[in-house]
Amino acid sequence: MGVKILLDKAHVEGIRYFDVYRREGGYQAAEKALKEMSTDAIVEEVKKSGLRGRGGAGFPAGMKWSFIAKPEGVPRHLVCNADESEPGTFKDRYLMEFLPHLLIEGLLISSYALGSHDTYIYIRGEYAWIVDILEQAIEEAKANGFLGKNILGTGFDCNIYVHRGAGAYICGEETALIESLEGKRGNPRIKPPFPAIQGVWQRPTVVNNVETLAAVVPIIRMGGDEYAKIGVGRSTGTKLISACGNINKPGVYEIDMTISVEEFIYSDEYCGGIANGKRLKACIPGGSSVPILPANLLLRTAKGEPRLMNYEGLSDGGFATGSMLGSGGFIVLDEDQCIVKNTYTLARFYRHESCGQCSPCREGTGWMEKILKNIDTGNGKMSDIDLLWDIQRKIEGNTICPLGDAAAWPVAAAIRHFRDEFEWHVLNPEESQKRNYGLAHYADPIYVATP
Amino acid sequence: MIQFSNEQMTEFNRLVSHYPEGKQKSALLPVLHLAQNSFGGWLSSDTMDYVASLLQIKPIEVYEVATFYSMYNLKPVGKYMFEVCQTGPCMISGCDDIIDYIGKTLGIKPGETTADGLFTLKTVECLGACGYAPMMQMGKTYREHLTKEKVDSIIAECRNNAAANN
Repeated sequence: MGVKILLDKAHVEGIRYFDVYRREGGYQAAEKALKEMSTDAIVEEVKKSGLRGRGGAGFPAGMKWSFIAKPEGVPRHLVCNADESEPGTFKDRYLMEFLPHLLIEGLLISSYALGSHDTYIYIRGEYAWIVDILEQAIEEAKANGFLGKNILGTGFDCNIYVHRGAGAYICGEETALIESLEGKRGNPRIKPPFPAIQGVWQRPTVVNNVETLAAVVPIIRMGGDEYAKIGVGRSTGTKLISACGNINKPGVYEIDMTISVEEFIYSDEYCGGIANGKRLKACIPGGSSVPILPANLLLRTAKGEPRLMNYEGLSDGGFATGSMLGSGGFIVLDEDQCIVKNTYTLARFYRHESCGQCSPCREGTGWMEKILKNIDTGNGKMSDIDLLWDIQRKIEGNTICPLGDAAAWPVAAAIRHFRDEFEWHVLNPEESQKRNYGLAHYADPIYVATP
Repeated sequence: MIQFSNEQMTEFNRLVSHYPEGKQKSALLPVLHLAQNSFGGWLSSDTMDYVASLLQIKPIEVYEVATFYSMYNLKPVGKYMFEVCQTGPCMISGCDDIIDYIGKTLGIKPGETTADGLFTLKTVECLGACGYAPMMQMGKTYREHLTKEKVDSIIAECRNNAAANN
């Protein structure tokens, strides 16, 4: 069994409610932080923990906090990013649904550290029932003196509000989220100025993912140094992985980032192997925007070593032979899945979600969708594959926000690793409508050059 | 006449109170949800103008937001809206069959509403339920692990509820 510090109490009956959460040791970290620690000491512990943003980018959370401007007389805000919309990702939902007080406690400690008296949870509009769960938890915390005025007699005031979005992937990008929180379209802002200087209502703002803020609780409880001992290298602590696709046990798992991808997929403690006795063909290991990998490169790095389930392990080899841990949305494809069709649905997703501000993304995502649909339905040309490659390269890096990159990477990786499957579709338009290309050579041992 | 009831007005005031003085526009997204739920499940231009007047902002500021976000309905929808996810993870778990099946059973295509005004079928992009695919959103809840049998029973449940409420 791996270390569990976030979901360890998830199965305790009634843990959703304050009394049970408190009985199980909840809010002790908040008491410690508010009564015994200075705000600088909390930031220091988070820095020492090595906690990296769990939303996808992996930026060190303590460093992000230390950037916040503190101009005299200007309120600061902490905003929790609960817009979880990256296909394959449903971990924050689980955390909020079953452990709302863990998030509230993390928000309280973090709000105190950052000096935020009005903290917002920006939640995706579709998670409507979770809004009720969170608002109930907030009321309970308030009734028990953990939110509101003069919390625990420390003189610190803090309120938490839930702000419901309305269906827009782009609002997971922090500046789009801020625009949306201000009641506008979710158009990302040009940076600088960064939110830490001018965020919501032009005030200094820190935006952190749900899981990141929840992780602050065990960090304060055990101390940053102890937290950093879990995991390996710069992948400290635990990570929630939401696993889906063709596996026996889809769901949300907490891993300590020392296990291998192979163990995660095949062990009964986690995914329990590929469903229906099928074979593994490919996997998108960190949410739909990270590069898809064929089975052989997923399980082993280009050097032939077992690939580990952590930031460094999954990105080993760069985009040439690796991928990214991203948001932890782990999508598994078995031998019956069609890479062209899968890539087409993702391209459609990004076209749908592009905010339309930057032409490379607004136009390019639409072109990629159309071309992929043509190939998928047996109407593709060989030159379409190179055209796709060309378009994605012209989107990547040429947009205000990372949605452009997120749209480009899945197409690039699919062509990079599965080009023969695309060619087969073009050369066999009729057959490709009747059967899938199959596993082909994608699980074959990779050639490893010996020095 | 488009006007919030006293109860809806209380909720409106609660939502606006979440934001700083003078930043009431920030309540626009939550207030549009409230308006959509209060006035027939969609946002008519009258409804949007009403929201603009309540928040003391220009109508265009409401229109541009209402058209940007996918959850706001800009035309009337059925009493029950089946919003079926069609993105990658749901696709590899068989959502295409479910979308076809709902369409055939109800006699409508995605984007259409049944003649009796009961059902609307809509395909949507990832709803964050990938591990429980195929799935759809129905009102405030998710219906997950969909099968043809489950779809049949949901449709029956909706018909029964509609009959009971008439």
